[in-house]
Amino acid sequence: MNKTVNQKAWFLILPVVLLVAFNAIIPLMTVVNYSVQESFGENAFFWSGVRWFEDVLHAERFHFALLRQSLFTAIILVIEIPLGLAIALAMPRKGPWVSVCLVLMALPLLIPWNVVGAMWNILALPDIGLLGRGLNAMGFEYNYTRQPFSAWFTIILMDVWHWTSLVVLLSYAGLVSIPEAYYQAAKIDGARQWAVFRYIQLPKLKYVLTIAILLRFMDSFMVYTEVVVLTGGGPGNSTTFLSIDLVKTALGQFDLGPAAAMSLIYFLIVLLLSWLFYTLMMRNEAR
Amino acid sequence: MRARSLVPAVYIVFLLLPIYWLLNMSFKTTNEILGGLTLWPHNFTLDNYKIIFTDPTWYNGYIASIEYVVINTVLSVAVALPAAYAFSRYRFLGDKHLFFWLLTNRMAPPAVFALPFYQLYSAVGLFDTPWAVALSHTLFNIPLAVWILEGFMSGVPKELDETAYVDGYAFWRFFFRIFMPTIAAGIGVACFFCFMFSWVELLLAKTLTAVAAKPIAALMTKTASTSGYQLGLLAAAGSLTLVPGAVVIYFVRNYIAKGFALGRV
Repeated sequence: MNKTVNQKAWFLILPVVLLVAFNAIIPLMTVVNYSVQESFGENAFFWSGVRWFEDVLHAERFHFALLRQSLFTAIILVIEIPLGLAIALAMPRKGPWVSVCLVLMALPLLIPWNVVGAMWNILALPDIGLLGRGLNAMGFEYNYTRQPFSAWFTIILMDVWHWTSLVVLLSYAGLVSIPEAYYQAAKIDGARQWAVFRYIQLPKLKYVLTIAILLRFMDSFMVYTEVVVLTGGGPGNSTTFLSIDLVKTALGQFDLGPAAAMSLIYFLIVLLLSWLFYTLMMRNEAR
Repeated sequence: MRARSLVPAVYIVFLLLPIYWLLNMSFKTTNEILGGLTLWPHNFTLDNYKIIFTDPTWYNGYIASIEYVVINTVLSVAVALPAAYAFSRYRFLGDKHLFFWLLTNRMAPPAVFALPFYQLYSAVGLFDTPWAVALSHTLFNIPLAVWILEGFMSGVPKELDETAYVDGYAFWRFFFRIFMPTIAAGIGVACFFCFMFSWVELLLAKTLTAVAAKPIAALMTKTASTSGYQLGLLAAAGSLTLVPGAVVIYFVRNYIAKGFALGRV
C-alpha cells in the first residue's frame, strides 16, 4: 500500500510512545545506572565503570548459564519447528474437526506458566505421577529432582507440550491461505507429494515460519517461570538458565551491579539475534 | 479416517494427558494422592474446590488476576488502535525505527525488568495494586497489539478511508463508526492475545504484588512451598486457571491462527 506522508500521525502514536517509554526507558535506564555503579547499602553509589561487565563476561557461572540457555533453545527449535509443521500438514483442512482441533491445541498456550510447571511437576513425580511412575515401571531410572538428564528430558518435553501448538497454528494458517488452484496445477503436472511440499507449501509458509521461529527463539531464550517451578534450576545447577541465574543474582542476592550488567548483555544478545534473523529472512522475501 | 489423521489425534492425546492428570488430582483426597498411583479418583471429593471458593485469600487471587488482565487488555488495545492506524496508513518521521523499537520491547526478557519495575512502581505508589501489573504488562502487550492490528488494518483498502472523507466524515467519526466495525475481527484477536499474555505471565505479576493484588497463580506457588504437600488443593487451583483461557479460546477459535500470524496471512 502506498502511504501518504503525514507528520500529524505522530499524535496518533503519542499515547503508545508515552506508555511504552514509561515502561521501557525508565527501567532500562535504571538498569544501565546500576550496571556502571557500585552500591553500598543505603543508596550510596560509586562509579565503577565497566567493571561489572568485565566480571560477568569472564565469570564461568555466566558462561555455563549462557551455554545451557543456548543448548535449550537449539533443542527446542530443532524439535518444535519440524514437529509443528508435520502436524499442521496432517491436519484436516475443512469440516467440523478443524475447530475442535484448533481449540484443543490452543489450550496449553492459555495456561499460566507456573501452572504449566506445577502440572508437569505433578505428572512427573517419580512415585505418584503418571509419567514418572510409568517411566520407572518400564525400567528407566527416572527422577527429575536427582538426575540432570531426567530434569532436562522433563523440561524439554514440557516445552514441546506447551509451545508446539504455536508452530502448528501458524503453519496451519499459512497452509489454509494457499489457493486451491496451486494444488490443481501441481496435480496436472503430476507432482509428487514431496514436490508439492518443497515447491508450493514451503515457499508459501516462509513468512509464518519466520514468525514461528522468531517467537520460539525469543520465548525459549527467555524461559523462566515454568522451569523454576518444575526444577528450581536444579539438580545442582544443571537447569539454571540465564534468566534463572539473573533473577537469583538480582532478587535473591541483591547484587545489583553484576545483575544489571548481566541483564544488558542478555538483552543485547536476544536483540541482536532477533534482528539478524528478521532482516535475513525479510531480505530473502524482498528478493 | 485416513492414517494421516492419526498424527493430530496422537498429538491432542499428548496435550490432554497432563491436563487430565491435573483434573484427576484435583478430585482426590490427600490420602489417596500420597497413597500411590491411581488412574482415576476412587474417593471422589469436591473438598479441594470448596476450600478455594470459601477462603477469601484464594478467591481474591482470582479476582485480582482477572482485574489486572482486563485493565491491561482494555488499555493496550485502546492506545494501540490509533497507533496501528497511523503505522498502516501514513509515513512520518521515524516511523520504521519506531515500529522496530516497539518490537524490541516484545523481545525484552521480563527477568531483566523485574527489579527496576519493582522500584519504579514502588516509587509512584502503585505497588501491590492491579494497576501496577496491568501497566507493566503493557510493555509487551502494546507492541503485540500494534503489530496485530497493523496487520489487519493493512488488509483494508485505503479507498474506504478516502470515500468516507469525501463523504464528509471527520476523522474520529470515521474511525469509530466505519473503520472499527470493519476490523472488528482484528480487534477481537488483539484483545485475545493481550488477555492471553497478561494471563499467563507471572514473573512480573508476582514481583509487583505483595498481598492485596496477589494473582491466583502466584498464590499456588506459595501454597506449594509453605504448607507442604497439599497437592489436591494445588491441582484444584490450577484446574480453575484453565477456565478463563478455555472460554476465550472458544470465542476466537476461527481467528486464532490468523492472530498468531499477526494478521498477515
